[in-house]
Amino acid sequence: MSHTAQHEENHGNGEVKKVTIILSVLTIIELVLGFWMIDITSEALRLAIKGAIIILMMAKAFYIVAYFMHLKHELKNLIMTIVVPLGLFIWFIIAFLYDGNSFRNLRNTYDPYFKERSTIKVEKKAEGHGGGHEAGAAHAAADTTAHAKDTVSVENKH
Amino acid sequence: MSTATVETTKSWGGGKSPFNVEYGKLMMWYFLMSDAFTFGAFLISYGTIRFSTNGWPDPNEVFRSFPFAPEGVHAPLVFVSVMTFILIVSSVTMVLAVKAGHEMDKKSVVKYMIWTIIGGIAFLGCQAWEWNHLHHEGAWWGRNPFLNADGTASSTNFTNYFFTITGFHGFHVFSGVIINIIMLIMTLMDKFEQRGHYLMIEKAGLYWHFVDLVWVFVFTCFYLV
Repeated sequence: MSHTAQHEENHGNGEVKKVTIILSVLTIIELVLGFWMIDITSEALRLAIKGAIIILMMAKAFYIVAYFMHLKHELKNLIMTIVVPLGLFIWFIIAFLYDGNSFRNLRNTYDPYFKERSTIKVEKKAEGHGGGHEAGAAHAAADTTAHAKDTVSVENKH
Repeated sequence: MSTATVETTKSWGGGKSPFNVEYGKLMMWYFLMSDAFTFGAFLISYGTIRFSTNGWPDPNEVFRSFPFAPEGVHAPLVFVSVMTFILIVSSVTMVLAVKAGHEMDKKSVVKYMIWTIIGGIAFLGCQAWEWNHLHHEGAWWGRNPFLNADGTASSTNFTNYFFTITGFHGFHVFSGVIINIIMLIMTLMDKFEQRGHYLMIEKAGLYWHFVDLVWVFVFTCFYLV
């Protein structure tokens, strides 16, 4: 395990600088998209922006793992033993999000209470409590201070 | 093509290390892989619940303040971008510390390790402030003062997931800072000079970069989308 056993890499500070700049730029683009999204109401456009943000997130993850964690410069054997198991995530994400979405559709179709609850808006101070009450379980657990804050934040909004 | 085949056969034919990394580093990679599954499970669970619910609070309404801001300020994404940049910068200084270790440059290792530790502590401070702020607004595990984006009543899923996942990540940052402090002390005690290599710094570095990597995902899932 001596020093000589390790392959000497000297990729210079150029690579570090380059990757730092790339990560910063990607983060700034993400933030710009995030700010832009605040005032957008079109659901389709919002979805597209969210997709773009997720692609940028994956790019950032790639740069951190490949260059900062140095995985790109390791042997292919090592890269595969790390990356291939993580491929399970592709299935995890698709399966679980699809399941969640399907559960919501089923409840909206067959559970009128669930559907109705998501249409009742919490309005003013007095109704704030009532609305929360009707909405049931959600606010039941909240203590009184949370309720007080709740109504305050509602007041600020209107 | 044929040379690649020969190469592959050779690397598993005995007589040399097929991964060409030391044992500890390989095990660090496997640990990080398992940790990635833990974080992945948390985040996918969060996504599943969010997909199965009709409404969800708007992060730009919830996370809109920053320290010393006047009451009622509306500045979404500002504070969390500061936190993100702190973590990226501390990741960069960690890379530089590892690089200095390769060159057996003790002075630079010490310098960059100190910067990395400062970055970690700064991040933890930011998170502590944010948790404290949200707690004052009435948010905690089991209670959620925020409304859904469409004005309907929200469930406690939002706060439960937020505090659990950012808490788990914060715990990783905390242990990373402890590990980095231990590495700094070992460097100052000339442990690595005696061993003839700074490979421990590299392993601590892998862990630290992983913490930064997880933040990329947490930041996107909770604050941006």
